[in-house]
Amino acid sequence: MSWADLIIQGALLGGYYALLAGGLSFLYGVMRVINLAHGSLAVVTAYAFWVLAEHWQVPPLVLAVVLLPLMSLVGWVLYRLVFERSLHGGTLIPILSTFGLATVLDNVLFQNFGADTRSLAPYFDTLAYDSWTLPGDIIVGELAVIEFVLAVLVLGGLHLLLMRTSLGRQIRATSEDEDAARIVGVNTRRIHATATAMAFAMVAAAGIALGLRATFDPYAGAQQLIFAFEAVVMGGAGSLWGTLIGGVTLGIAQSVGARINPQGFLIAGHLTFLAVLLARISAGGHLRSLLATQWARRQGHR
Amino acid sequence: MTLLAVRGLCAVHGLLQAVRSVDLDLAEGEILALVGANGAGKTTLLRTIAGVHAPVAGRVEFDGADITNCAPHERVARGIALVPEGRRLFLNLTVEENLRVGAVGGRKGGWDLDRVLHAFPLLRPLRKVKATHLSGGEQQATAIGRALMANPRLLLLDELSLGLSPKAIDGVYASLRTLSLAQTAIILVEQDLQRGLSFAGRVVCLLEGQIVAQGRADELTREQVMQHYFGTRLPAVGAMTA
Repeated sequence: MSWADLIIQGALLGGYYALLAGGLSFLYGVMRVINLAHGSLAVVTAYAFWVLAEHWQVPPLVLAVVLLPLMSLVGWVLYRLVFERSLHGGTLIPILSTFGLATVLDNVLFQNFGADTRSLAPYFDTLAYDSWTLPGDIIVGELAVIEFVLAVLVLGGLHLLLMRTSLGRQIRATSEDEDAARIVGVNTRRIHATATAMAFAMVAAAGIALGLRATFDPYAGAQQLIFAFEAVVMGGAGSLWGTLIGGVTLGIAQSVGARINPQGFLIAGHLTFLAVLLARISAGGHLRSLLATQWARRQGHR
Repeated sequence: MTLLAVRGLCAVHGLLQAVRSVDLDLAEGEILALVGANGAGKTTLLRTIAGVHAPVAGRVEFDGADITNCAPHERVARGIALVPEGRRLFLNLTVEENLRVGAVGGRKGGWDLDRVLHAFPLLRPLRKVKATHLSGGEQQATAIGRALMANPRLLLLDELSLGLSPKAIDGVYASLRTLSLAQTAIILVEQDLQRGLSFAGRVVCLLEGQIVAQGRADELTREQVMQHYFGTRLPAVGAMTA
């Protein structure tokens, strides 16, 4: 496996991470909510797909289309039931409540579906292992390419919506100064609910992508949340193109790690994340001032 | 005809009573200057009328309808627009985007992007510039323009001249004079007393959240208002009413 091949495979994997991280990044950008149930909600979508395809024989392509608006609706309801209330309680409450939501979702899944791992790959013929051959004998999975393109389309579409439409302007205005947005006549409650619904549509797409590319089980959400979180932080929280770059960075880091050592896949991703995080903190001067205060404090104690 | 009727309005910030049982009437097209020292409750009164600050008692009626429980965006749709203290522009949005956001919840009417840019010619070359790069006067013009995009029947202007150069203030007031021709009622909070008195038809003086004096602007002298301003004269609401 050449290095070029490695980078391409890593970047394509990063497309999935970007798709996964898009909703998390968007929700944080608009409402400053870190949705810790993000990964679990992706897994819930995957299970919904599995149940409907397995037991109700709904055609998979129909499901892929239907589940997005369905999860949007779930997002709208959850905004009214959970997010909106928790937003009034300061910064910690949304984190705690979405953590609680994740725990409930994970365990409800476990209660109903047991510990068996599932995959959505069988419902899409041979898509999961079909491939194209690029010049230089680089073989890329069709699914990986589709997911990468989908991520670019979703993030690009969202970017266009934010920059070009009235809804987008209202979302940006609300995200910047909610009080001022209300003053000038924006229904900020509706904007928040709409943004949550959009984020949940992205979660749904990511959940289906997850089920297609890998297996999932009731507790798979936490791992996905960490990937999404790392992609968001590396790309700069709240920035959509940054999220794409963060996802690709994570994908490449993991691929390179796996090349160095078969068990290096995860650890390389985490180490890259930590390195980027430290670099960001020290570039912002926070680290130095933090160390300086610690140093001053110690001097003072003597 | 009465456009705005405020009855027994009380508003608090925690334990502080910022507005105490205020009664206020405003006719269509009327211009009212709200004066008073810092902390007299002027901003809170405007924010309560605009719906972003919930009152603890009292009623706000607009155009004959009780709007006390209406959300801010519903009030904008009925024709109340606030230009908040500190302007509160969306700094990451361009001038044009700021103006367009102002139109989302508003009424149909004569104001649109073109007319606002006509009323504030200094904004025309800045349409694609982010609000964060504007000067104070340009920001204030954008903030007023943003409020006008909603086609208000009542415009609430909070601390228009704060932080602006005298030249910029002249420009803002010159543009405002053209508005008053369009039958828009205005409640103006202004630190510059002379300017407030010369612009408004009526003056209301707040002290510690209460109306202590009101009267026609041309019948009140600066000295009379100043005495009420700092509470050195006993409240004489009836005597001063025109």
